[in-house]
Amino acid sequence: MDILITGILLGGTYALIAMGLNLQYGVARIMNLANGEILVAGGYFAFIAYTATQLSPILTIFLVAPLAFALNWLIYRLMLQPLVNRAKNRGQLETDSILATFGLSFIGVGLMLSFFGGDYFSYSFMAFPVELLGNTYGANRVLSFVMAVLICGALYLWLNRSRAGLSIRAIATAPASARLVGIDVKHLSALAFALGGAVTAVGGALISTYLTLDASTGVVFTLKALIIVIMGGVGDVRGTIVAALLLGILETLVASLLDPGLTLAAAYVMFLGILLFRPQGLFGKKPT
Amino acid sequence: MNRRPFLKLVSALTIASALAASAATAETIRIGAVAPKTGPLAGGATVTQWPSIYLWVEQVNAAGGLTVDGEQMMIELIEYDDQTNPGETIKAVQRLATQDDAHFIIAPYGTGLNLAAAPLFDRYGYPQIAVSAITDQQPELSAQFPNMFFTLGTTTALAADVVKVLTDMRDAGQMGDRVAMVNVADAFGIELATAAKPLFEEAGFELVYETSYPLGTQDLSPVIKGAAAAEPDAFVAWSYPPDTFGLTEQAMIENLDVKAFYTAVATPFPGYGARFGAAAEGVLGAGGVNPDSPAFMEYAAAHEEVTGEKPDYWASATTYASLEILAQAIEAVGLDRAAVTAHLRESTYETILGPISFDENNSNPDFWTVGQWQGGVFKGVASRGRDGTVPVILKEGWE
Repeated sequence: MDILITGILLGGTYALIAMGLNLQYGVARIMNLANGEILVAGGYFAFIAYTATQLSPILTIFLVAPLAFALNWLIYRLMLQPLVNRAKNRGQLETDSILATFGLSFIGVGLMLSFFGGDYFSYSFMAFPVELLGNTYGANRVLSFVMAVLICGALYLWLNRSRAGLSIRAIATAPASARLVGIDVKHLSALAFALGGAVTAVGGALISTYLTLDASTGVVFTLKALIIVIMGGVGDVRGTIVAALLLGILETLVASLLDPGLTLAAAYVMFLGILLFRPQGLFGKKPT
Repeated sequence: MNRRPFLKLVSALTIASALAASAATAETIRIGAVAPKTGPLAGGATVTQWPSIYLWVEQVNAAGGLTVDGEQMMIELIEYDDQTNPGETIKAVQRLATQDDAHFIIAPYGTGLNLAAAPLFDRYGYPQIAVSAITDQQPELSAQFPNMFFTLGTTTALAADVVKVLTDMRDAGQMGDRVAMVNVADAFGIELATAAKPLFEEAGFELVYETSYPLGTQDLSPVIKGAAAAEPDAFVAWSYPPDTFGLTEQAMIENLDVKAFYTAVATPFPGYGARFGAAAEGVLGAGGVNPDSPAFMEYAAAHEEVTGEKPDYWASATTYASLEILAQAIEAVGLDRAAVTAHLRESTYETILGPISFDENNSNPDFWTVGQWQGGVFKGVASRGRDGTVPVILKEGWE
């Protein structure tokens, strides 16, 4: 039971890391390799707000979200829209966007270095134990899990119940046909990309309450997010959540019962297994 | 294409760079520096390496430069980011030696990057006064690369003194002999765990929990829970910065009940004390200094004034001392690199850590090994040949 809860909490962290990328890749078709830098930037913001003004990260995220939304919207409009316009097919867009956002990730690291320096930023926030079913867990991890549930739940409802969500799902499924039924693909893609960025940055702010980050750690999160999104199936919120939880539980199981040294190996074995037997991801649709 | 503006630009640039070059050769000593500003080791280098370099250059130049053959020469610092990539370190050292024509090059940061650069320092005849390069291979390395010097100690000394501190506590009846030992699965952690294990067993300790975890593990609670379940008297982690913070936080949350709690790298960072506050009291860590010595206090004050950051309580001061050594050797024999290296082998240098000289293995035999947070300051509790160690205190809870 203890292992299960620890694993689910870790899965919540992974969901926060991967959800934004899922929106960006699944809908806007941008494989955003600068995703981790946005996450670290969100964490920086929370760190500065907390150390300078004692502003709780729970409140900071309401500042981080609109800022990250605006920033990512600008990035999409200025930098990625031209790539989308000129791409003849999806493959070309993917190559171009990978190269462009790879460059962007270096710019992100450089900017954060020059503004904040390369030091670790870590602070103690809610680092006290909470008791759940007889075992203790970090309050900051529990809080971030609750927030992850709220964010993922809201996204899921919005995508499945609202008209904009319906359109976004339509783009994720069939970008070419979506235009034919009067969906403003350009506008909604920018919206999805910006929303993904906002979710990632909020995730970063929450994660910074218990993980130690520095300007160069973004790539670690990008890689993790990539694995989770591909395992879950591109463009499906449920897939990302399930994959994140599975990964969290698996890693904790292995760490507790076998050896913490084998967690990475276990994660990649699972990744390989899914690629072998369900290459489109857990919830992905088979390519037609 | 109109070629004329382009030609003008090129000739202007050529003249400007020629002027700059001749101005530079006339009065300045070109000192090269290469260390991570990005990549996995950037966080450590930003605390330990770069600020001390900037401070040293600033202070030397404020005092009018170094006296070389009766002439005052200012220092010109040429710095490169190696992205924590050994290939980049090598390229940067090569560039410093051949393109920038640096007079001297400050040793890189981290054991691996120092080892990667050693053959080039050797080939171009630069003395390499390594600081953050802790290894047991010092005799072999100095035989292979006679220009390579070591200041911060050896792996075995670092591990042995932790064992010694715990042995003293046990023999004083302060705790039992159950030890939980974990390490990060990286060269540094593996080497220390390998060195420490036989030493613990020899000293009669029982290793009740032993494991490693990958670098960058995002949830260390299984490690702490596993250790707690083994009911140890002491917890020892050969850890790197992110996991040093992570393990400490988990130990707080789990209220890990041990009499001694040790984490390795980054425990002496000011950020550690700032983050954990009162909970850090009694935490043991790698390194240490004598924070009450006037020389260290003066250095720490200048460090904060010039760079805006506090130095760490271990390798920062040693980094600065390595530059003091370089400066004194240059002032003694001039810019001839072979003469400087020869001087390094023979002389004793006055530094903020006290006198430093190198033994037959080019190693500084006097260094700090274990420190402990006491009253908001990280104080040295064990050393080889350094003054000012303070008694160890028991870890009493996490409040």
